[in-house]
Amino acid sequence: MKILVCITHVPDTTSKIQFTENNTKFDKNGVQYIIGPYDDYALARAVEIKEQLGASLTVLNVGEAETEPTLRKALAIGADDAIRVNSFPKDSFFVAKQIAAIAKQNGYDLILMGRESIDFNGGMVHGMVGELLGMPSISPVMKLEIEGDKVKMAREIEGGKEYVDAKLPLVAGCQEPIAEWKIPNMRGIMSARTKPLVVVEPTADAVVTDVTSFILPPAKGTVKLVDKDNVGELVRLLKNEAKVL
Amino acid sequence: MSVLVYIEHAEGSVKKTSLEAVSYARALSDKLSSGDVIAVALGLISTEELAKAGTAGASKVIHVIDSKLNDGIIQAHAEAVAQVYKKINATTLVLAKSSLGDAVASRLAIKLGAGLVSNVVELPDTSSGYKVKRSIYTGKAFAISKVNTDHKILAVKKNAVDLKTDGPLATVEEVNLDISAENFATSITATDKATGEILLPEADIVVSGGRGMKGPENWGLIENLAKELGAATGCSKPVSDIGWRPHHEHVGQTGVKVAPTLYIAVGISGAIQHLAGVNSSKCIVVINKDPEAPFFKAADYGIVGDAFEILPKLTEAVKAQK
Repeated sequence: MKILVCITHVPDTTSKIQFTENNTKFDKNGVQYIIGPYDDYALARAVEIKEQLGASLTVLNVGEAETEPTLRKALAIGADDAIRVNSFPKDSFFVAKQIAAIAKQNGYDLILMGRESIDFNGGMVHGMVGELLGMPSISPVMKLEIEGDKVKMAREIEGGKEYVDAKLPLVAGCQEPIAEWKIPNMRGIMSARTKPLVVVEPTADAVVTDVTSFILPPAKGTVKLVDKDNVGELVRLLKNEAKVL
Repeated sequence: MSVLVYIEHAEGSVKKTSLEAVSYARALSDKLSSGDVIAVALGLISTEELAKAGTAGASKVIHVIDSKLNDGIIQAHAEAVAQVYKKINATTLVLAKSSLGDAVASRLAIKLGAGLVSNVVELPDTSSGYKVKRSIYTGKAFAISKVNTDHKILAVKKNAVDLKTDGPLATVEEVNLDISAENFATSITATDKATGEILLPEADIVVSGGRGMKGPENWGLIENLAKELGAATGCSKPVSDIGWRPHHEHVGQTGVKVAPTLYIAVGISGAIQHLAGVNSSKCIVVINKDPEAPFFKAADYGIVGDAFEILPKLTEAVKAQK
């Protein structure tokens, strides 16, 4: 079995979000980059499947050279090889096209990624890749078991989950609790240095959307505290001042 | 020319978030002169219920009555919506962001060659190009996305526009489509869903508890307040991690992102990952015994004190004002 895990290179969840160049560029100053948390779940599940059933495991990122440490971390966690498509990830359509092009070339049985990236939160790439490849796409997947060529999944829906049966090949967008995040051990970190990391150029495709500027939300005013012995006052404020009751 | 809205339904009713998407489409069409607002619904639901999409702003509902579409099979739903979209010569597809909506919209973007913008929070601005404001970085910022294609898909976040309720009932047209077998390659074997509860991602008011609630046995206090407010209940990540509450109630960066009118957080310190899930709320109330809890900085109103004393009093006070 051949597994592809697509990962994003995103600011750590505790990062302060700021912009530069007249609010047209993300300010990378002081920002730590990580494997997208949802992608990390996908990767962890792929490593488990590889260990249980035997599989080759490739990680892919669409990004510029700065994302290579993130790919190396994925190799340390347990991927066998890595592919970097050498381009800024312009929009979800562009990224999906790159993934589909690589997948067509290499023929994967299972393509996993996070349910969404935590920078742009689109949550659209897995479905686009599925449609481009003519495969089912299921997201957000919180459980995934492989039995022969059958895949049994649980997909989160509003207020619960539904159980989905499908056959390989397929694309899945993953989230917790599909697997526990894996922390690379020293052996993994050492071996990651020599695992193959191939850089390929993007397929030339026009983008369908582009970001023209960023906006920060207005700063929150100070909290209005209500005395704990006068909770009725809170209800009055919510009703008459905030007008939310 | 027209705007198509993909509407979802559950337990015999059109989802409120889908009605909001209809209102968004109505406002969009009024602003940009985009023609009729037509909704499409798939699978078993009553004609009377579908006609209510008119109150939110649709002039017509196309009802694809195929019972195979009762389940939310992602590929099949995408194929059905694509066929209807082409049939009515739509130029824009609007839908509410949801578990199924996202999954269907992404496939439709490829099928229709449409530029897709997700987490849309306002109507498009077309003064120079077609620009849409969207929420990014899990609510910590916004981006203006320019859509360069003729066809457009907008996945709309909750509370992007006010729900319209005064429109006339819509006409409902039943249609049959030919959806090929390969679109039914996946099957839904069972559903495990809380019934009769107000669903967290769609709720107007949310009451959430954190580790400060000390144990699952104390959740009755949260639930009583929620019941009195007509609210959904949520929780912080540690609470779902230790199994006090189910995962689908986890609000935060890697859980459910909510955008209610009122969010009440009880015994939650306010880690940045939790705030990421709630920062689109219109009004935030924090109840915590620690005056230094970081959540107070993100709150509109707060009470410093013991949740076990405050919750019953607050529940009574809500009851009293009714």
